[in-house]
Amino acid sequence: MNSPLRRWLAVLVAIHFIFLFCGFFAPYDEAEQDRAASYAPPTKLHFVDVAGRFGIRPFVCARKEVEDSSGGYEEDCSHTYAVRFFVSGTKSHLFGVDAPGRISLLGTDGLGRDQLSRFLFGARLSLFAGLLATTLALIVGLIVGMAAGFYGSIVDTVLMRLAELFLALPWIYLLLAVRAFLPLHLSPEQTFLLLVTLIGAIGWARPARLIRGVVLSGKQRNFVLVGRNLGATDFYLLRRHILPQVYGVVLAQAALLVPQYILSEITLSFLGLGVGEPAASLGNLLGALQQYHVLTSYWWMFIPGISLIPLFLAYFLMANALQRRLEFIPI
Amino acid sequence: MCALKLKVRSILGLGVIALQLACAWAIVPPQPVRPGEELALSTAQSGKYGGRLAIALRSEPKTFNPVTLVDGSSREITGRLNADLIHINRATQNTEPALAKSWKVSKDGLRYTLQLRRGVRFSDGAPFDADDVVFSFAVYLDEKLHSPQRDLLVVGDKPIAVTKVDAYTVAFQLAQPYAAAERIFDNIAILPRHLLLKTYEQGKIGEAWSISAIASEMAGLGPFRLKEYLPGQRATIERNPYYWKIDKEKKRLPYLDEITFLFVPSEDAQVIRFQSGETDLISRMSADNYAVLERDQQARAFHMNDLGPGLEYNFLFFNLNSVLPKGAGSVAAKQDWFRKVEFRRAISAAIDRDSITKLVYRGRATSLVTHVNPANKLWLNPNVRLAPRSADKAREMLRTAGFSWKQDGTLVSASGAPVEFSILTSSSNAQRSQIATIIQDDLKQIGIKAQVVPLEFRSLLDRVFQTHEYEAAVLGLGGGDVDPNPQMNVWLSTGSNHLWNLGENKPATPWEAEIDGLMKQQLSTLKVPARKRLYDRVQQLVADNLPIICLASPNILVGAKNKVGNFNPSILDPYVLWNADELFLQ
Repeated sequence: MNSPLRRWLAVLVAIHFIFLFCGFFAPYDEAEQDRAASYAPPTKLHFVDVAGRFGIRPFVCARKEVEDSSGGYEEDCSHTYAVRFFVSGTKSHLFGVDAPGRISLLGTDGLGRDQLSRFLFGARLSLFAGLLATTLALIVGLIVGMAAGFYGSIVDTVLMRLAELFLALPWIYLLLAVRAFLPLHLSPEQTFLLLVTLIGAIGWARPARLIRGVVLSGKQRNFVLVGRNLGATDFYLLRRHILPQVYGVVLAQAALLVPQYILSEITLSFLGLGVGEPAASLGNLLGALQQYHVLTSYWWMFIPGISLIPLFLAYFLMANALQRRLEFIPI
Repeated sequence: MCALKLKVRSILGLGVIALQLACAWAIVPPQPVRPGEELALSTAQSGKYGGRLAIALRSEPKTFNPVTLVDGSSREITGRLNADLIHINRATQNTEPALAKSWKVSKDGLRYTLQLRRGVRFSDGAPFDADDVVFSFAVYLDEKLHSPQRDLLVVGDKPIAVTKVDAYTVAFQLAQPYAAAERIFDNIAILPRHLLLKTYEQGKIGEAWSISAIASEMAGLGPFRLKEYLPGQRATIERNPYYWKIDKEKKRLPYLDEITFLFVPSEDAQVIRFQSGETDLISRMSADNYAVLERDQQARAFHMNDLGPGLEYNFLFFNLNSVLPKGAGSVAAKQDWFRKVEFRRAISAAIDRDSITKLVYRGRATSLVTHVNPANKLWLNPNVRLAPRSADKAREMLRTAGFSWKQDGTLVSASGAPVEFSILTSSSNAQRSQIATIIQDDLKQIGIKAQVVPLEFRSLLDRVFQTHEYEAAVLGLGGGDVDPNPQMNVWLSTGSNHLWNLGENKPATPWEAEIDGLMKQQLSTLKVPARKRLYDRVQQLVADNLPIICLASPNILVGAKNKVGNFNPSILDPYVLWNADELFLQ
């Protein structure tokens, strides 16, 4: 494996590992409200106490409301809480502070919920929705693309016209329409599965067309023709000779489709059609920015949106590295 | 020759454009006061003529016809184009003479005789007299038109009989005594008989004065008249030069040349327009947006006002409808819980209303125990008090009602089913969605799993009013008046806003039957203390039986540029434009 590919893959694995175990990395549950801390800014970490002594263990100060009815908060460093690592309560967490102290490194939302915890839980949902939807789209795309490319004639015509039909669909409206027809009472888990199925079922057409192209040229290769002449079955040829040729395309497509489908989930949740409250998703978190006062008053509410830039960049750079590698794959 | 023709055409074309521009910018001067005109005197500060005022509306008007209008935007504009006989002063909340300069009530309270002002003219210059009044009430009472005002004008199941005594005297005969009867004249716009009689006789008055109507074919008695309506952009109203009010300096009102209503679909966009100076007045905003504007008020020459609690009340209610659609078996099963008063009381006890006022309304709201806001001092029953939130009490009530808890803390019914339900909210109303999320968290603490389902507002109303496909919902109702009478359609079991159980032929429960009786009795009781006693009992029954679980009443938050004179906002709708005739630009 070449160096940039390995580097970006490692970055993505690390990011997904953190999100997968978000319950451990997040200091609180995603739905836990602290009603005394609505839109509280990020908690500052201190290393120097009031007496000016430096300590290795960071601590946070208590938070109190400013007494001018502005709704703001200020630190009260007469009460401090040391940051503890590997704390265990009802669940184990990487870090936390003793009650009644609260640590909100990315601030809180309107209901006093910790934004870091909601970001981690929300990102897990959005990222894994993207990954699962990509898997589904690629499986369908692989089957359709290989069948169309390998068998040609009427099978190819029917499948590719169907793919073109799916490509021409205004998918966002289709998703909105399908979601509107479904029952109201869906649990967050059901909504998650529904989103994944919808996004994946609609997105198979593009990879199918690409795979078909690779199969069309791949089936004309000499070793495939020889295999056929020697009596190999279609299934054998597809499995042993054609499938290895499309791996690269599938992987590069996966790296491109994952961010696209994450964005689809975000869009649906942003429009209120994703998982409902109190479950977090990146779309739900960004949805708060539709309100003017949030846009103008609470800068920390932008962090989930900004965090998508490095994440998507990592995916695209990996896709780039994969495509470069493909150019050197000996077939 | 050809070149000359072209030149002439160009000059003519330019001339037409210039004429159109001149017409668009033409200002209608007020007519001088003529002898014999019985004009009303405004007690507000005298202002100066001139200027245009801009305000944003959330949606476009559906019509300019006062007989058929039901939506807020149409009411906001049309209210400025028309006048009523007796008006509720939004500042004092008392009635005051409008087109009727005085009125007498017979001893039995059944006959109201109104003396009309002489010399009053419609905005097209045509004179106004008793024939216009008789015609207007005939239209509103016409059953075929389904005018929303008709409900108010039917007393004791009989429509009010309106007769012309002479050219400037009209008598109104009621079938039974009607409490605060003069208040029903508020917002009943007097129509121009000379323009609409023919249309009415042709049976087409429902279609008259639609949004595509020509402005010059409309006339009213309000301070303004329609100038232009550009769909998707704005509606402009200009001074009615014949308006029947003068100021202390005997200058005919209104002072403003024009008011422009800009159509701005979201609250946030309205706030941005006001902040940037594009609009001069703003109302109906969230406490969060109010805080944003409050920060800016010094720098940008506008001021913000918190008028305190309004008449809007937000509440949670359950689907208690006896008629449910096919396939709504799950709702029917849950109605066994919803119908238990202990269940509703437990839900009410578990909800943290203080958090709702603090987090959702930033403290600019009042926690509610019934639908009557503490600000409504005249009608509030002070003996109905809000019990502090208590999850323990809620659990006790649920236990009494036969519910129990599984080991994991989930509440289960007597049949062992986990107690779960969905709460519908309007997706366009961020405050109500937040309220539902707070309730969801509060109910989780007593083992109830509630799911918040934000829906587009029309779909939500459709489910509540038409299909009854819902389990619980968070909604709000607003009162146009502090008096209990406008609330009749909410509390009568046959009322169109009897949300929790619509379409009842007879009261479903003994307490609803008692509320029906009390509301009807207060309607025909003329003495205020006696009415108050009856309405106190209604409040007690509502607090005991909780058909709606009242949550909070937001404050009325408004703002205006510093240059707007006589700005005197009210907690009654319309909050900022109720005295549009007295507003002026300094």
